[in-house]
Amino acid sequence: MSEESIISLKNVNKWFGDFHVLQDVNLEVKKKERIVVCGPSGSGKSTMIRCINRLEEHQEGSIVVDGIELTGNLKNIDNVRKEVGMVFQQFNLFPHLSVKENITLAPIWVKKMPKAEAEELAMRQLEIVKIPEQANKYPGQLSGGQQQRVAIARSLAMNPNIMLFDEPTSALDPEMIKEVLDVMVDLANGGMTMIVVTHEMGFAKTVADRMVFMDEGKIVEEASPDKFFNNPESDRTKLFLSQILHQ
Amino acid sequence: MSEMNEVRKPPVATTGIIGWLRINLFFNWTNSLITLFVVYCLYQFIPWILDWTIFSADFKYNYLGEQITNQEMCSRNLDPENGGACWAVIYVRFYQFIYGFYPKVEVWRVNLAYIMLAFALLPLLYTKLPYRKYFLYFTYIFPVIAYFLLNGGLGFTEVSTNKWGGLLVTLVLGCTGIALAFPIGIMLALGRRSKLPVISMMCTLFIEFIRGVPLITLLFFGMVMLPLFLPEGIDMDGLVRVLVAVTLFQSAYMAEVIRGGLQAIPPGQYEAAKSLGMSYWRMNLLIILPQAIRISIPPIVNTSIGLFKDTTLVIIVGILDLLGIGRGTLADTNWLGLSYEIYFFVSLVFFIFTFGMSRYSLYLEKKLKTGINMGAD
Repeated sequence: MSEESIISLKNVNKWFGDFHVLQDVNLEVKKKERIVVCGPSGSGKSTMIRCINRLEEHQEGSIVVDGIELTGNLKNIDNVRKEVGMVFQQFNLFPHLSVKENITLAPIWVKKMPKAEAEELAMRQLEIVKIPEQANKYPGQLSGGQQQRVAIARSLAMNPNIMLFDEPTSALDPEMIKEVLDVMVDLANGGMTMIVVTHEMGFAKTVADRMVFMDEGKIVEEASPDKFFNNPESDRTKLFLSQILHQ
Repeated sequence: MSEMNEVRKPPVATTGIIGWLRINLFFNWTNSLITLFVVYCLYQFIPWILDWTIFSADFKYNYLGEQITNQEMCSRNLDPENGGACWAVIYVRFYQFIYGFYPKVEVWRVNLAYIMLAFALLPLLYTKLPYRKYFLYFTYIFPVIAYFLLNGGLGFTEVSTNKWGGLLVTLVLGCTGIALAFPIGIMLALGRRSKLPVISMMCTLFIEFIRGVPLITLLFFGMVMLPLFLPEGIDMDGLVRVLVAVTLFQSAYMAEVIRGGLQAIPPGQYEAAKSLGMSYWRMNLLIILPQAIRISIPPIVNTSIGLFKDTTLVIIVGILDLLGIGRGTLADTNWLGLSYEIYFFVSLVFFIFTFGMSRYSLYLEKKLKTGINMGAD
């Protein structure tokens, strides 16, 4: 089982000061698996996925991504980050660069791709997220939904094996959420390994292979979407689901 | 035709010149009163200043038609009722104001350096310049060319820096100080924010020490103490010593200004860059610094203007910059008492340079703002 795992978290612990934000977290993710992580705010779900590409450092336990263990070794961190793409709640596009430059920057400077090739790649990625016509605009000129799709294209341009999504639709207006989710569904159907932190339960039901529910720094429940939504085991999960599904 | 009527225009009284006057100058009675008062003051002042500086002024000849060679021949000294400024002092001492005591035979080298400076600045000021890339190469090698041109070597006769003076010294100090302090300041700012405690502490100590000491003290330090740190037998040029002091001073200020810009960059920008696999240096060079410097343009120009003016302090360690030459001229019995003219001229030259810098920064801010929305919308 664990030989197939592309991501493996074992007894991961992390503290912010005295606050125990991750408590003995164990998670195995297989290749091409789609995991949706949910839970109340402050439950450590963002921190957990940010540990996977070392935006946060874990203090105990081990995290192995695609056979590379995350330690203080800078070379390992660089290699993991090349494998793992990330999409943020606040998009985090580079405001001083055009959409096309946002996407070509990392391929050109990190992968040493020739400029023409990188631009071709950028246009292909923009086709995938369905906004090729915005290539020469600046992030400030785009809507939130368009910015988030550019952010996805920017990550995909590095050809990652794993994509992490940290509440990708939480900062969007309701009518823009769908355009971003559509792109993510396409990506999931294309066989990308994905870990998505989201409260979009509709999305979870369509694409997730497995649901992970976190509360107070612990993984409370792990189940298939079918079981998770219809027949959850823990009371905490039931309470959470009743709150978010019956608003 | 009825559709034409539907395009309603704003009321006449709020547009055009009349509208502008009404809104800005005569909005209510206090506003009108202030406007009238200011107009009256300008009416009194402008003719007087124009008369003094231009219409009644002596440029080369006094009102008797004689060429002025000392202060006694100025119209205003011959006949206090007649005559304004006596610009002849500037005319006679112009060479010193611009070149100091640079030998006349070699002065073409200074002129060439001035012209080359203009060409070196061109690609920095106008990013749309055709063939900008090649101009930039020139900008990079300009300091080396200027060094040999002004100082001598490579077949040029040596002109010792104690013969330099006036605008030449002001520009050498100002340009070199600003140009060197910029990269050093960036390194110090990054260093101060570094996660490595040794580097961060060293940068912080350096910045706080230099910032906590008056420039004059640093100049004395450069003059008197710097040679003590050098191995025996190596003599450091006086101007270079001052230049080191000025650069250190400016880089500490520049570092703090750029650190301010760095702090304004949201952490998400660092995270996005890291998640794309960028190294520390790439992240800073490609993502963070371009944004931080853009934000810091007004304070960067502010400290640069400050330094340009502060170069006048070198007078106390015996280097004669533009102001120094002015003071020297005033001490000359031939030109005693012409302080208005000399200080006016020196102020004007400084103003032209600093005003140019200030306008350029406004232009930059406007240009870089297009299409950029910093932070979240």
